[in-house]
Amino acid sequence: MTAGVVKRARLRQFLVLSPPLLWTVLFMFVPYAILVVYSFWRAQFPLAVPDFQFGNYIEIFTDPQYLNVLLRTAKIAGLVSLLSLLLAFPYAYFLVFKVRKPGLRLTLYMAVVAPLWVSYLLRAYTWKTILGTEGLLNSFLMSTGILSEPSSVFLYNQTAMIITLTYVFIPFMVMPIYAALEKIPPSLIEASGDLGEGALATLAKITIPLAMPGIVAGFTMTFCLSFGDFISPILVGGPDGLMIANVIAAQFGAALNWPLGSALALVMLVIVLGIITASDRFERLGQARLS
Amino acid sequence: MTLLETTSAAVISTQSVSRKPRRWGTRLGWSVTIGAILAFLYVPIAVLVLFSFNTSRSLSWPMEGLTLDWYRKLAGNEQLIEAVGNSFYVATCSTILTLVIGVPAALALDRLSFSGKGAFRKLVLLPIALPGIITGISMLILFRMVGFTLSLETVIIGHATALLAVVVTQVYARLQRLPRSYEEASADLGASGLQTFFFVTLPNIRSAVIGAGLLSFTLSFDEIPVTFFLTGRDNTLPMYIWSTMRRGLTPEINAVGALIVAFSAVLIVLSVILMRDKPGAR
Repeated sequence: MTAGVVKRARLRQFLVLSPPLLWTVLFMFVPYAILVVYSFWRAQFPLAVPDFQFGNYIEIFTDPQYLNVLLRTAKIAGLVSLLSLLLAFPYAYFLVFKVRKPGLRLTLYMAVVAPLWVSYLLRAYTWKTILGTEGLLNSFLMSTGILSEPSSVFLYNQTAMIITLTYVFIPFMVMPIYAALEKIPPSLIEASGDLGEGALATLAKITIPLAMPGIVAGFTMTFCLSFGDFISPILVGGPDGLMIANVIAAQFGAALNWPLGSALALVMLVIVLGIITASDRFERLGQARLS
Repeated sequence: MTLLETTSAAVISTQSVSRKPRRWGTRLGWSVTIGAILAFLYVPIAVLVLFSFNTSRSLSWPMEGLTLDWYRKLAGNEQLIEAVGNSFYVATCSTILTLVIGVPAALALDRLSFSGKGAFRKLVLLPIALPGIITGISMLILFRMVGFTLSLETVIIGHATALLAVVVTQVYARLQRLPRSYEEASADLGASGLQTFFFVTLPNIRSAVIGAGLLSFTLSFDEIPVTFFLTGRDNTLPMYIWSTMRRGLTPEINAVGALIVAFSAVLIVLSVILMRDKPGAR
């Protein structure tokens, strides 16, 4: 290779790389760095003053209301992921192992993924109309005689939020589990049956362990997405349904304490990154064990 | 995250699985389970659409009668029409931006080796699992510090950043399946780097690029968490719907919803057709 060719290759590399690099540095790295810096600042009229103090973090970790919100958010996100898993696994299992026609399988797969294309806001909103006092659920229960008058217990609580968030994020659980199940060679399952294992034993000893990377990926995704949601809590959550993202949003709105909001956002970021890293580790571990 | 990479492959590939004969009872059990899950997914959407035809103002069941009044009202709602226009503007610009940045980013991740590649990859892919609120507020603080006025343009920058990960994962997955020999052959035959990209690489990853573009468009059209913090006086469609919802629920929102469902259905069909690999294409 001549020097000219090397130089041109370098130039090409530079041209391909510089727009994305510039963009990610300018609009991702810099804002995240500023967020870190800002979390040490002090709130003062009109907005904030530069400082280096740990007051915001001390407030978060000593004031029980923030810890309570964090724990509640983790609990709700965990339950959403669990409920999604309980619905998504049988569905994906059915698609991969029980549906014979490829066309039907594609249709049923698309049936789960398609709602992702429909507005998230409207999908959450429709649950508000279903669970409300005059909603479908109440009317149905009254027409069957289970209830004699409309009940307000269905809306504005944590259960309503768990149902809504599960509904909104379940496609993110089905997709990776489906992909993981599809990779399992059918011969393995047949072999297990031929060796005299029952269907449940095969499921527990072969299918679920091999689908684990998909399950973990789906769990991570639904957990992180629910963890950061602040729309559903306002729509269907009650007074005890506020999540950490609502508290952060409030600091940038009415409460007007940007530094505290930044510190809270960083706590959220660390939790989410921790979960992603753990799930990545797990996935790599699983791959190493299989190969 | 291998999530988006695997899904596109999963849609396309279809393997047949041999089974043992099943009993009638298990078949019934499966039908009920799958039917219940499908009902969970689609009854709410049906309710959303159905209520848009309700004569009564309230969203209570049973419906009083059928009407198209709410759609007529929409046609005369200037704020709504403006919001739809804003959303088209934002989604179009951010999709173009995110493709212009995302395709080279995917190329760089797949074909180039440079120092800091690992960090670059992590940074680019971060927003896929990161709550949108973090992208939103970190950019809000940046714009505030630099002294930018919040507008639809700041929203576009925010969307392009948040959606970059979607484009990169989809295009990267396709690039990995594209043999490098094609590009080497093109270079050996004397094509320049740009010629190779436009005549060899791009046509081969075309369906992934179009698919990623359609997906970014839809996601941007629907985006709230980033828009919430970065928009100025102008509203996008979801922000407009959000503000109406807080004022009270009327079938007018359902009418907007029904139109969005119809529009999404068209996009889904379109993307399935476009994403399907043509015979012979890799």
